[in-house]
Amino acid sequence: MFGGIDPALLIASLMVASVPILLAAIGELVVEKAGVLNLGVEGMMIMGAVCGFITAVVTGSPALGFLGGAAGGAGLSLLFALLTQVMQANQVASGLALTLFGLGLSSLLGQGYVGIKPPHTGVVPFGPLADIPFFGKVIFGHDPLVYLSVLAVAAVWAFLRHARGGLILRAVGESHEAAHALGYKVRRIRVLAILFGGAMAGLGGAYVSLVRVPQWTDGITAGAGWIALAIVVFASWRPWRVLLGAWLFGGITVLQLNLQAAGSGIPVEYLSMSPYLITILVLVIMSSGRGRAALNAPASLGQNFHAAR
Amino acid sequence: MLKLEKRPTPSVFWGRATPVLAVALTMVAGSLMFAALGKNPFEAIRTIFWDPLFGEFAWYLRGQLLVKAGPLILIAVGLSLGFRAGIWNIGAEGQYIMGAICGAAVGLAAYPTESRLIFPVMVLAGAFGGWVWAMIPAILKTRFNTNEILVSLMLVYVAETVLAMASTGFLRNPDGAGFPGSRNFSSYPAAANPELLAGTGLHWGGVAALGAVVAAYVLLQRHILGFQIKLAGQAPRAARFAGVSPNRLVVMCLGIAGALAGLAGMFEVTGPAGQISIDFNSNYGFTAIIVAFLGRLNPVGILFAGLLMALTYIGGEMASTNLGLPSAAIQAFQGMLLFFLLACDLLTNFRIVPARKEVR
Repeated sequence: MFGGIDPALLIASLMVASVPILLAAIGELVVEKAGVLNLGVEGMMIMGAVCGFITAVVTGSPALGFLGGAAGGAGLSLLFALLTQVMQANQVASGLALTLFGLGLSSLLGQGYVGIKPPHTGVVPFGPLADIPFFGKVIFGHDPLVYLSVLAVAAVWAFLRHARGGLILRAVGESHEAAHALGYKVRRIRVLAILFGGAMAGLGGAYVSLVRVPQWTDGITAGAGWIALAIVVFASWRPWRVLLGAWLFGGITVLQLNLQAAGSGIPVEYLSMSPYLITILVLVIMSSGRGRAALNAPASLGQNFHAAR
Repeated sequence: MLKLEKRPTPSVFWGRATPVLAVALTMVAGSLMFAALGKNPFEAIRTIFWDPLFGEFAWYLRGQLLVKAGPLILIAVGLSLGFRAGIWNIGAEGQYIMGAICGAAVGLAAYPTESRLIFPVMVLAGAFGGWVWAMIPAILKTRFNTNEILVSLMLVYVAETVLAMASTGFLRNPDGAGFPGSRNFSSYPAAANPELLAGTGLHWGGVAALGAVVAAYVLLQRHILGFQIKLAGQAPRAARFAGVSPNRLVVMCLGIAGALAGLAGMFEVTGPAGQISIDFNSNYGFTAIIVAFLGRLNPVGILFAGLLMALTYIGGEMASTNLGLPSAAIQAFQGMLLFFLLACDLLTNFRIVPARKEVR
């Protein structure tokens, strides 16, 4: 079954495949830790994908492209923040609106950019390290975003666990009433968290259109944003488990693509639906039984806060 | 500065007025978008909202209105029940596809037998297909406490793959020279879903949509299940104390929504679409979410909302052929509508009052 698939290449491409969902999921984790359920990850990702693509093509610089992608995602998330934090709208419905609007707007913006190749994103030069057998390919042969995404996980973990700001953010997510009573600006903290989540999702989207695919087509993210949401549940809101989850899904994606290319006996359709089916399976395993992921969910998740006094 | 003050009870006036206000605001924002695309905004708005009803080709386009509104209303009515109870089925698109596949499969299995029984059996099969697809998130939710939003959405992608398999594999037209797509139902009268009254665009799907509106209205106003749905949505704790089983509600709401979405798909494939093809689904399942909210989750409201949304579909198509407006612009326009609706809902639940200077 694995005949002809090089394990080093498989692990290397697994790490690349997992970057978009990893970035989006770690952003969403922070948002959910602040007690906000933003279901618009898919919309923010695809806005990031199109904005990043356009910026990169126009300026010719992938780095600016990634910045543009993050800005696109954050810009759309600002709409979500406005709706849920100022207008007190339902978070589930607002998130869906974000996705529907993002899908439409992105295909509108990307119209003139179909079939163009974006500038190439280079590999971080590690010099002789890249020549080490196996590890050179697996660890030292990637573009900057791969390392950035892992660093982001470490940074979010450290922030939530060891920084005062992280403690406040978690307090807002666990009990907004108590945080408010202590004098913390619940709304401001949540808006900042939403913007961070939007920027990370946008960055992940830009990675899809600039590195993973790399070109622009409508609906390019193909549900990656929803898988990112599922990974947050899978990770029971713990940063390092997000990394694990993203690599797991990256592995499945890469493996099924390799199997499709290698022409295994399994029909292509079954392979291409496998990431979604496995997401469902993982959700079932994580949500049921004694190790219930829901027990670890932030207590104020999805509830709006309106300071009566 | 202004501040928000929660109303003791939601305002009845604003409850009715917000959809109208939201549509008006969307038209304004949409005009800006069309102007940014280099089109005359007034002409674009007129092409979308006025011409299909009263313009040159209105005699034809008015009929199209019911064709598009039928599935939207049918799906949105089902979704609205769940949304009211806080059960978020966003996979109607997948249930729609599965309903179409099951309905079509039964019809194609009977080909070329002529019998009056075939179509009713296909209707049942369509509803069954959507129901089964919705039961997956429902049972996972009740048995394993899995998030129904994510599961139902994931199943859309799975259903799309099944659709591709159906149109290139097990439902492909054996006389079709190997092209993807099933037999066309318009050449198979026993299984076809033709226009009932010439020129109106009304087919059995439209009839079913009207029936669903009436049934949902009665359910919500007169039936204990409807009361429980409303109670569970507004006061989940009170509902639990009153003995409302959350699991039963999940199964009922998802089941009804799935069956209705399946019906919509089945009527679409046998009528306007005519055959199973790879790109058979046209995002009705997602647009219906907007329709449900635009209709304020109220069956009668959904009826009007569905007609309005159908108008934007038809007007959008006209605008893209006549004015060269990209079809994605209409999708963004519809998304915008949902934003404004949710934002305007603020006025229903809150009063905006001037804030007095406070000591800081």
